[in-house]
Amino acid sequence: MTAPPLAAGFGLFGDAFNFVFNKQEAETGGVLVGGLGQIGELAAKQLEVTVLALGVAILLALPAGLLLGHFGKGEFVAVSAGNAGRAIPELALIALMATAVGVGLFNLVVALAILGIPPILTNTFVGIRQVDSSSVEAAKGMGMTNREIITKVELPLAIPTIMGGVRTASINIIATATIAPLAGILTLGDLIISRNVYGDAGVLAGAILVALMAITIEGLLAGVQWRLTPRGLKLQRS
Amino acid sequence: MIDGIAIAAIDDEFFRDRSGGGCIQENRLFCPGWVADNYDRYVDPTLQHLVLVLSSVAAGFIIAFSLAILAHRHRWLSSPFLAGTGILYTIPSISFFFLLLPITGRGAVTAIIALTAFTLQIIFRNVTTGLRNVSPDVTEAGRGVGLTSKQLLWQVELPLAMPEIIAGLRIATVSTVALATLAVFANGGGLGAEIIVGSNITFKTGIIVAGGIAVVMAVLFDAILLLTGKYLTPWAKAAR
Repeated sequence: MTAPPLAAGFGLFGDAFNFVFNKQEAETGGVLVGGLGQIGELAAKQLEVTVLALGVAILLALPAGLLLGHFGKGEFVAVSAGNAGRAIPELALIALMATAVGVGLFNLVVALAILGIPPILTNTFVGIRQVDSSSVEAAKGMGMTNREIITKVELPLAIPTIMGGVRTASINIIATATIAPLAGILTLGDLIISRNVYGDAGVLAGAILVALMAITIEGLLAGVQWRLTPRGLKLQRS
Repeated sequence: MIDGIAIAAIDDEFFRDRSGGGCIQENRLFCPGWVADNYDRYVDPTLQHLVLVLSSVAAGFIIAFSLAILAHRHRWLSSPFLAGTGILYTIPSISFFFLLLPITGRGAVTAIIALTAFTLQIIFRNVTTGLRNVSPDVTEAGRGVGLTSKQLLWQVELPLAMPEIIAGLRIATVSTVALATLAVFANGGGLGAEIIVGSNITFKTGIIVAGGIAVVMAVLFDAILLLTGKYLTPWAKAAR
């Protein structure tokens, strides 16, 4: 321990960088780990489960939130869902899913979607309820059907709030997909969790890559939100 | 140590020193006998969990509140603070633990830093929204009766922003109780250590009990903060 801690820390970041680009022998011996090939596979798996789970969560929660919000029904359920969802301990959910239901991609996607549904449902409901009632009245006066009012008036005006929910959901899902190796699906989180195989360099590489992936997806969703937000709403803000 | 977590057989140590052996062998979804025989083993992890949550939320509140006050005085700071805390919020906690590994090593401090970083955005956003929503008529009236900026902030604006501030604290606290189960990966203790015991996650009753304690803790914190909010804003009740 002659090197000062800061220099040693820098060294570990160097090792992590090296781990991403070059294969090396596993701590447990024998097999080669790391390198772009393996990292790519793990990253692709993490992205796959994240996109699938977020997709399922949106498909289920968005229509439900739109309908409940439009007809003003089920406020208690829609709002409590968001509160209750936050209280679910991710680790217990994944552990219980793996041991009581079984390991596998389908089960994992269901568990992750469960984490994604509450924020999307709550935000969609709240977003629709907050739409200025005079806009909805005007739409009714023009003879729009319920369906048209939802898709052409309420949904566009509620986009910022709805996307807030989608972004929260995606953050929850990516974070929890990181512990998916506990449920038998190897994502980037395996580098973090299986330290005895990958060593500290692998752990740090995994942590950096997961963080980068989360920030990238968040950035993309912010871009999607900007594209979907009606121009009138953007003008109001500036 | 929690290296090499995998779905493996229950390890010997876990088996030897506990009386509810039958529960472990059968491993049904929930075994009440286990709770009766082993409730004491959850005391320390629960207390550790409380320490993790309280330290993180308290530190998060102090930092985010200060940033929000600064951003309230100097509006241009608002965007960079929002972006900065946004990135900290986005980075998954488990990843954050190990980004800190070369700097703070493994342990409860590492876990608390990462959880604190997570809470900043939620609290910052709610404090600034609360302050911004104070009606200009009220602040004008405050200035009219000769309040200084400081008096205006502490005696008028912050009390009126209290519902938003409490709402932010509730979201931050409940989320942190759930997230703190992950502290086990940073060797930070807490209830997660009873979900992943030794190197396995296969004991269902143990997962349900530890996860259940975390949920109850979250609900209790939520209720306490809700009541605190009501107590601090008596006028809200009078107005109705």
